[in-house]
Amino acid sequence: MEQVHLNIDGKDILTTSDRTILEAARENGIRIPSLCNEQRMEPYGACRICLVEVEGARGLLPACYTTVTDGMVVHTATEELIRIRRTILELILSDHPKDCMTCESTGSCELQDLAYEYGVKDARFRGEEHHYEVLADNPLIERDYDKCILCGRCIRICREVQGVGVYDFVNRGFDSVPGIPYDKPMMESPCEFCGQCVSTCPTGAITSIPSKGKGRSWQVEKVRTTCAYCGCGCQLDLHVREGEIVEVSSPLMVGPGQGNLCVKGRYGYSFVQHEDRLTTPLVRKGGDLVPAAWEEALGMVANHIREAMDDEGPDSVAFLSSARCTNEENYLLMKLARAVVGTNNVDHCARL
Amino acid sequence: MSTGGKNKLVLGYGTCGIAAGATAVKDALENELATGKYDAYLDIAGCMGFCFREPIVEVTDPDGRSVIYGDLSPKRVSRLLEAVAGGEVIEDWVVRRSDEPGAGEGDFLANQHRIVLRNCGNINPESIEEYISTGGYEAARKALTSMTPEELIDEVGKSGIRGRGGAGFPTGTKWGFARKAKGEQKYLVCNADEGDPGAFMDRSVLEGDPHAVIEGMIVAGYAIGATQAYIYCRAEYPLALKRLDIAIAACHEWGYLGQGIFGTDWDFDIKIKKGAGAFVCGEETALIASIEGKRGMPRPRPPFPANEGLWGKPTNINNVETLAAIPWIIANGGDRYASVGTEKSKGTKVFCLAGKVRRSGLAEVPMGYTLRQVIFDVGGGVREGKEFKAVQMGGPSGGCLPASLLDTLVDYDAITATGAIMGSGGMIVADSSTCMVDLARYFLSFTQEESCGKCVPCRIGTKRMLEILARICSGEGEPEDLERLDILAGDIKAGSLCALGGTAPNPVLTTLKYFRNEYEDHILRKKCTAGVCPALITLHIQEDICTGCGACAKICPVEAISGEKKEPHAIDADTCIRCKLCLSRCPEEAIYAE
Ligand SMILES: Cc1cc2nc3c(=O)[nH]c(=O)nc-3n(C[C@H](O)[C@H](O)[C@H](O)COP(=O)(O)O)c2cc1C
Ligand code: SF4
Ligand code: SF4
Ligand code: SF4
Ligand code: SF4
Ligand code: SF4
Ligand code: FES
Ligand code: FES
Repeated sequence: MEQVHLNIDGKDILTTSDRTILEAARENGIRIPSLCNEQRMEPYGACRICLVEVEGARGLLPACYTTVTDGMVVHTATEELIRIRRTILELILSDHPKDCMTCESTGSCELQDLAYEYGVKDARFRGEEHHYEVLADNPLIERDYDKCILCGRCIRICREVQGVGVYDFVNRGFDSVPGIPYDKPMMESPCEFCGQCVSTCPTGAITSIPSKGKGRSWQVEKVRTTCAYCGCGCQLDLHVREGEIVEVSSPLMVGPGQGNLCVKGRYGYSFVQHEDRLTTPLVRKGGDLVPAAWEEALGMVANHIREAMDDEGPDSVAFLSSARCTNEENYLLMKLARAVVGTNNVDHCARL
Repeated sequence: MSTGGKNKLVLGYGTCGIAAGATAVKDALENELATGKYDAYLDIAGCMGFCFREPIVEVTDPDGRSVIYGDLSPKRVSRLLEAVAGGEVIEDWVVRRSDEPGAGEGDFLANQHRIVLRNCGNINPESIEEYISTGGYEAARKALTSMTPEELIDEVGKSGIRGRGGAGFPTGTKWGFARKAKGEQKYLVCNADEGDPGAFMDRSVLEGDPHAVIEGMIVAGYAIGATQAYIYCRAEYPLALKRLDIAIAACHEWGYLGQGIFGTDWDFDIKIKKGAGAFVCGEETALIASIEGKRGMPRPRPPFPANEGLWGKPTNINNVETLAAIPWIIANGGDRYASVGTEKSKGTKVFCLAGKVRRSGLAEVPMGYTLRQVIFDVGGGVREGKEFKAVQMGGPSGGCLPASLLDTLVDYDAITATGAIMGSGGMIVADSSTCMVDLARYFLSFTQEESCGKCVPCRIGTKRMLEILARICSGEGEPEDLERLDILAGDIKAGSLCALGGTAPNPVLTTLKYFRNEYEDHILRKKCTAGVCPALITLHIQEDICTGCGACAKICPVEAISGEKKEPHAIDADTCIRCKLCLSRCPEEAIYAE
């Protein structure tokens, strides 16, 4: 990796040779729009909304796909570029339902944002529109390809990041659309229901069924937490509306998960407010489990451990920890076993 | 070529010949010859270029005099053989005779300059011995045993040859990039996808002279340092694939492919990859994806295949025609190749003449010819009774040029300056009966259908353009449509990911530029002056010519024509569905559309 000097829109920039023009621009506060690009995947170069002019290059280049070179001079907002971006947006909208009113993605839709920013209404180019059946063949993920802009992000995240490869494009040209081989329902595909495709879809084409109608992006409060399911420590944003968790997402490029989640982290949140959930420790009294205070419960556990140690020695005690705890918690439990109790009998559920 | 004291009959047995009935002619000839009555033997060859007179047979007598006959049929076989036996020439069937170059269609060949097609139609493509007898594989031997890769690249550079696949990139420079690219494993790919409608030069070369392509590949592989090569050929070319298979197998036997070829320690092999026939898979990055087993969709360049190609390795991709010229260049020297042509376009170019041209077929001409020379001197001009109107250069990615540009040179830059492109060499001729709006609509409908769907400008833009053109042709065009077409065409060209979208608007842009009046006729006057677009024409019968034979009335599917026997007939415009069946039926040509 080498250092690279370049100039974008008159601003001198120092970056490294592994950067794309888009990355270098954004890291320096210059906005270039994008639709098919997302940090978690390899660049793709399909939507053409990020086209920029590079002096000396033949034709316009996609900023998301082009790596920087030393001495490059880039223009991101010439008259021609703006005109092409508007045409692209108009073309997309010419085959798109103008359904923002009830669309799940309003407020978090990249297409809507760009149409707003560029002041584009679909007017000039009208013609045939696609009308696909909405696919809700499973409890979690709904696909409405009328809203698909064919950015390929769902296909690529599933293949490149998740390593599953549920989708690819089917048909060609104007009739291209993402699909599952042989039009199988998702339940019969290798889908893991991680919802990664939902998380990357820039529009309302792929959405989460459990969150449907439960809140716009500006109506929810996002509460950052760490996923409780395993020790990876993926960062979660709980979308909370009026005290209820309505959706879970993960902040892009943050924490160990870098914005990726598995099915448990993304969809396994109903336990949090489930009526069956334990809210206090239970202590068995006369055969029945009875709610107790932490003090009482932990005291009881401590007493039992001490009794066992006194009667049979420290090795009569064993500790089992959980993959759902953090490394720090597991470390502490190990310390408790080895240093406090004096036994090496410590294990972990992921080995069972 | 020696005929061994006998009369030699060579049947044109490429796809064009077979489609015209050469197989039945072959069977008939074999049956007759099997009787032993004639002192003659039969061989086959690829396309000689006279596609307009297939099936054809070239007869060479023991003195080396040759006569090419056309329009053969099984019925004509015994007459032919009798003439051959009697040393007679059947004047009426002559396409060309060596002793009278002006006879028949002789000037079709006389005006050509055949380097790539040097063997097509002259040798049996299924025989490596025949190829070798013309000096074949000497260039590869010379390259591998006495030249360094750098010397080879220099020689090809000197020849000035530019890629014949469409983009016209200098081949020597391209090889140099692949040579210099870092990587242990490199690949060579021969692009034999040939997807544009009306183009068949690569097929003809593969069917007529597969060894020339293979020899070119051996040289190219050695020059860039690739030991493995692929030929990406569409599955719709079964004969080309079969002949490639035969040729590759023969090369293995002769030690020209495989390990340690030509007695050197250089290994080189070729695999054939069949394509499923998508136009976009001829685009080099889509082609690579297709070989890798992925959906054939282009990706942006850079990185170029020379650095990141097949399976991420440095890869050089060349077109069939480019590769077929290489052995000639190595054998005769780059300077000799460069002595033909213009300053920046060297050598020769193969064109497929099609459409309303009299001699539709395959012709190789020197760069620097004028389009007029190609279409009139070689192609024989437009078919009888019609006037030349335009020529579509470069297939659906190219442009439509009017008569006023007929003196444009066959030269990459001169043609590009007109708004058309050299492309791969399709030349589709239009005459006064062609509607230019309809023609543009046809070509755009092809590219629109072949769009891979990856990028927005091409996927949706070409669709919207096509819808506008369809509206104009059906009489529903609005004046604003011309402006819409201009905007879309410009933004699709500038914004598309690959050259499919990048060139798709060319037929529309050039017809708008050179034939704008026809668009205006359609939109403002609701008239299709060429009499093509059904919604904008009415059919009439000229009273003074009509003899009242009633042929038109008989064929009309909707009974729109009436009239007394032997009296002039008339067409009821309200009933007529403008199918134009009557038009071609009338023996007096009394019916016209306007
Ligand atoms: C849509 C599209 C189709 C193409 N089809 C072909 C083809 O059928 N054959 C071909 O040789 N090149 C084709 N090309 C050009 C190739 O991408 C490439 O430039 C060429 O094979 C390079 O070989 P050359 O340098 O010998 O011309 C096509 C390009 C595009 C954009
Ligand atoms: S996907 Fe976006 S633009 Fe489309 S209807 Fe939904 S919010 Fe609106
Ligand atoms: S939910 Fe996950 S596995 Fe299923 S299709 Fe989406 S990304 Fe692929
Ligand atoms: S479904 Fe969404 S992510 Fe997938 S291609 Fe369509 S718009 Fe892109
Ligand atoms: S220009 Fe057309 S063929 Fe090329 S990548 Fe875009 S959609 Fe595909
Ligand atoms: S164009 Fe067709 S429908 Fe019209 S008169 Fe002729 S045959 Fe009949
Ligand atoms: S974001 Fe660059 S082409 Fe789509
Ligand atoms: S740890 Fe919860 S999603 Fe990965």
